[in-house]
Amino acid sequence: MSQPIELRAAPHQHSGRSVPVIMRNVVYSMLPICAFSVWQYGLSALALLLTVTAACLLTERLLNRASAQPNTLNDWSAAITGILLALTLPPAFPLWMGVVSGFVAIAIGKALFGGLGYNVFNPALVGRAFVQAAFPVAITTWVPAFATQRFSELVPSTLTAPLMMPPDVTAWIKQQSVDAFTGATPLARWKFENVAVSANDLLSGAATASTGETSAILILLCGLYLAARKFMDWRIPVAVLASAAATAWLFQLYDPAHYPSPLFVLLSGGLVLGAVFMATDMATSPVTPLGVWIYGAVIGVVTMMIRYFGGLTEGVMYAILLGNALTPFIDQFTQPRVFGAQKDEKP
Amino acid sequence: MSLPEQADDSITLDTFLEGVWRQNPVFVMVLGMCPTLAVTVSAINALSMGVATTFVLVSSCLLISMIRNLVPKEVRIATYIVIIATFVTLVDYLIQAVSLKLYEALGAFIQLIVVNCIILGRAEAHASKHPPLKSVINALGMGVGFTIGLFALGGTREILGAGNLFGISLFGEHFQPWVVMVLPPGGFFVLGGWLLLFALLRSKPATEGGH
Repeated sequence: MSQPIELRAAPHQHSGRSVPVIMRNVVYSMLPICAFSVWQYGLSALALLLTVTAACLLTERLLNRASAQPNTLNDWSAAITGILLALTLPPAFPLWMGVVSGFVAIAIGKALFGGLGYNVFNPALVGRAFVQAAFPVAITTWVPAFATQRFSELVPSTLTAPLMMPPDVTAWIKQQSVDAFTGATPLARWKFENVAVSANDLLSGAATASTGETSAILILLCGLYLAARKFMDWRIPVAVLASAAATAWLFQLYDPAHYPSPLFVLLSGGLVLGAVFMATDMATSPVTPLGVWIYGAVIGVVTMMIRYFGGLTEGVMYAILLGNALTPFIDQFTQPRVFGAQKDEKP
Repeated sequence: MSLPEQADDSITLDTFLEGVWRQNPVFVMVLGMCPTLAVTVSAINALSMGVATTFVLVSSCLLISMIRNLVPKEVRIATYIVIIATFVTLVDYLIQAVSLKLYEALGAFIQLIVVNCIILGRAEAHASKHPPLKSVINALGMGVGFTIGLFALGGTREILGAGNLFGISLFGEHFQPWVVMVLPPGGFFVLGGWLLLFALLRSKPATEGGH
């Protein structure tokens, strides 16, 4: 029994976890959310999920090949990017635009920086930010959940020919027996009509929203699984949600007639999805214990500022991208003192 | 690459091609980025900007080269700027007279040709050290290279941002414009893409040739 003696620097104890194991578990934890969104939105959501994920995987493979890098498909990170990206897009988003956003996410958001671990920004959000800027109308065209023919036919805009404008979907929505579909997200209704959608509607998944952001409870349960298995830093979502709720609570104290309750703020839009799955991206979030809290608080507060005072109805995406950009600084300024080390004296 | 003091005055193909390929102002030297990013929202704007810049570049290089032995070293930059500004004023009035629409589209960037570093760079690095004919050929090459660069950006941005090329619709009326392409970020995306492509094209022969 002669084992080779291995000499290496600390740390010596390995948790047995590797990038592929963690990433694979994140994918598993997103599957229930995908299933729920397909149940809500039917074939169109399924087609979008599959297409965007395939576009991400394909881009990753092609760029691996073009840059003569080893194949990185089996670390599962491109699959996470693809699924997350699809979950943040509207369910009837044209597939060709989904392919564009998947390509941008992997090529510009990840590969250009040097691949997994070197990317500054969350790739899925880079892809979404690009299509938000490129196709502002398509990305705010919503379809109702639980449409009657959702399992028998695709929404007409899904199969738009490449480079072409998506057709009008109002006629299709009229054929479905859906009552009182306004075509606006709860956040837009609050902002422009001052109507607060009830928490009941928000929780049941009937509210108008992106493919994967309506099921706050399901997302939290999936996040709980990841946190319990320590695949994710639970402090980040807690910090994001707590700071957003605290901001909302302060504003409601100030003017209860205008500002909605913290519960509405937490359940509407993509806040929970962003807090649990996107802010927690390991490559783009801080590593120091204090830094994690600061990072989460910045995201939560900036989200609320954009929602309340910005031109957009939803600010989670830009808030997380801003948090990503701040991450290196947060890490630098919150370095814990090493045990026994003296504070540096200025020369 | 640095020019020797006693520069070679023979005119070769490279005198012209230097600016088009080896030292392309947009894709290799990455000079003159203000007009490159700002006016390239459509192919016609980009092309006109390129032609205007080329005219100023060639004429000022000719004049600077002709008086290169008369100008004292201490005041050469000021002299160059005055010469360049004269030609820019000419172009400014010319475009205003020919097409007011184009003049309004290009805006302040016509006047800003004065401070375009390609022109001053050519004057300082080439025209002040070479005879007129060689300077003009070199300046023409640089101008053509700059125009190609602007046209590449402007064409791409117009095709994706509006579905047109020179105002002619390419994809029919149902084309979905990529709004981001006519915004400033689109300029950076497209420039990055072309830089990548150009670097790839330039590196291929070099690696095969064993340089």
